[in-house]
Amino acid sequence: MTGRRTVVPFGPQHPVLPEPIHLDLVIEDEHVVEAIPSIGYVHRGLESLVDRREYADFVYLAERICGICSFTHSSTFCQGVEGLMGIEIPERANYLRTMWGEYSRIHSHLLWLGLFADALGFESLFYNAWKIRESILNELEATTGGRVIQGVCKVGGVRRDVTNEFLSGMDKRLETIESEMQEMVNVFLNDYTLKKRLIGKGILKPDDAYNLGAVGPVARGSGLAQDVRTSEYLAYQDVGFKPVTADGCDGYARCEVRCKELFQSVDIIHKIIAAMPDGEVAVPVKGNPDGEYFSRSEQPRGEVVHYLRGNGTKYLTQFRVRTPTLTNVPSLVAMLAGAELADVPQIVLTIDPCIGCMER
Amino acid sequence: MKMLKIILKQFTHKPVTTTFPAEPARHFDATRGHVVLDPSKCTSCTICMKRCPSQAITVDRATKTWTIDRFRCVICSQCVELCKFGAVSLATEYSTSATPSERGTETFSITYVKPERPKKDVETGK
Repeated sequence: MTGRRTVVPFGPQHPVLPEPIHLDLVIEDEHVVEAIPSIGYVHRGLESLVDRREYADFVYLAERICGICSFTHSSTFCQGVEGLMGIEIPERANYLRTMWGEYSRIHSHLLWLGLFADALGFESLFYNAWKIRESILNELEATTGGRVIQGVCKVGGVRRDVTNEFLSGMDKRLETIESEMQEMVNVFLNDYTLKKRLIGKGILKPDDAYNLGAVGPVARGSGLAQDVRTSEYLAYQDVGFKPVTADGCDGYARCEVRCKELFQSVDIIHKIIAAMPDGEVAVPVKGNPDGEYFSRSEQPRGEVVHYLRGNGTKYLTQFRVRTPTLTNVPSLVAMLAGAELADVPQIVLTIDPCIGCMER
Repeated sequence: MKMLKIILKQFTHKPVTTTFPAEPARHFDATRGHVVLDPSKCTSCTICMKRCPSQAITVDRATKTWTIDRFRCVICSQCVELCKFGAVSLATEYSTSATPSERGTETFSITYVKPERPKKDVETGK
């Protein structure tokens, strides 16, 4: 390494980035020495609207923090308000929330796998991943009424019920989807070109992952069994959840974790459908939230934290979200140091960046 | 080579996509397409206007009109749940694309007539 250092700007507009983030890459002989991230291109100030919208109506806004993990944002917000007010939601609502949460995880992972294949120049695989995603979106639309923004959570339960006949039909359709996914995942994990592009690229050591606070598939790809679903919120204690991990610490390991989570989510949905309790899906809500609450959930990209503070009126006084992408940016910087310039786009994608979500 | 099997399989299948708008879009019974009003049932109670999260609905009692801004409406169906008179409902069809000047707002003239209370009989007092 004898070359002069050069700074190459990466983003905010870049073919692999659907959303804007800027990285200043300090380059020395085609190798990245340092990456300096800067964020703040799509800040919308959603959190400050909390003092102008009633807490029951804010669910719709919380849902729009992110277009992909929208369901988990609304369920985490509702979980927070329910925690503040001491509401116990019906068991069926809990199960339905878990089911929809897992569906949105599958659709998010399929979306990511498609985008990732596209970034690597593998367009037929990209179409195949999105084709399968369409059947998942159909299931979501048929049960909730919305494809991407479901709008089905409310404080005190869920707004729509699903008939048991529909659920048993869904069980059969999922088996077809699962076999399609099996074929697709086989390409992702065993294709010669993809393996060449991914193995050994974007290394994040387990210690670094822990110290830099990596969450979600980034942490699990480095061998850390970190998953909020083990903390037994919603109905996860009834389905016997165990996090998926991979020890490769590279781009391939993170891809492997997401591929395996697809099947894990399908398994969870099968178990949820089999154990779905009967009864009401919502309880009436009276009163206003008072006090403060931290609500945690596992999103497709990792752990999300919603902080809520109420003062006994129908408007919350404080709302703060910490999204998984923000937590994964320091890990991304660590991964990029030492990487080759040509690998930068795919390394950036392996953390599954969701910038709209991160900046709100 | 792993991908080749999937690609060849696709040759024997018909396309996954539909040619919308030549073919109607696929939707389900639960699909939230767009909000419609039954003007004969609306009592202008304005609960839909007050609780609309995106402030898309305007109800004018003086001119007896119910207006929805299609570009603001997020089709959350909160108005459908809140309407006690069953006047607001959801249609499953998505609206086709349009410019704000073409189909920005849609106004319904409310035709609801308050049923008259049966007059008291002077003799019996009922």
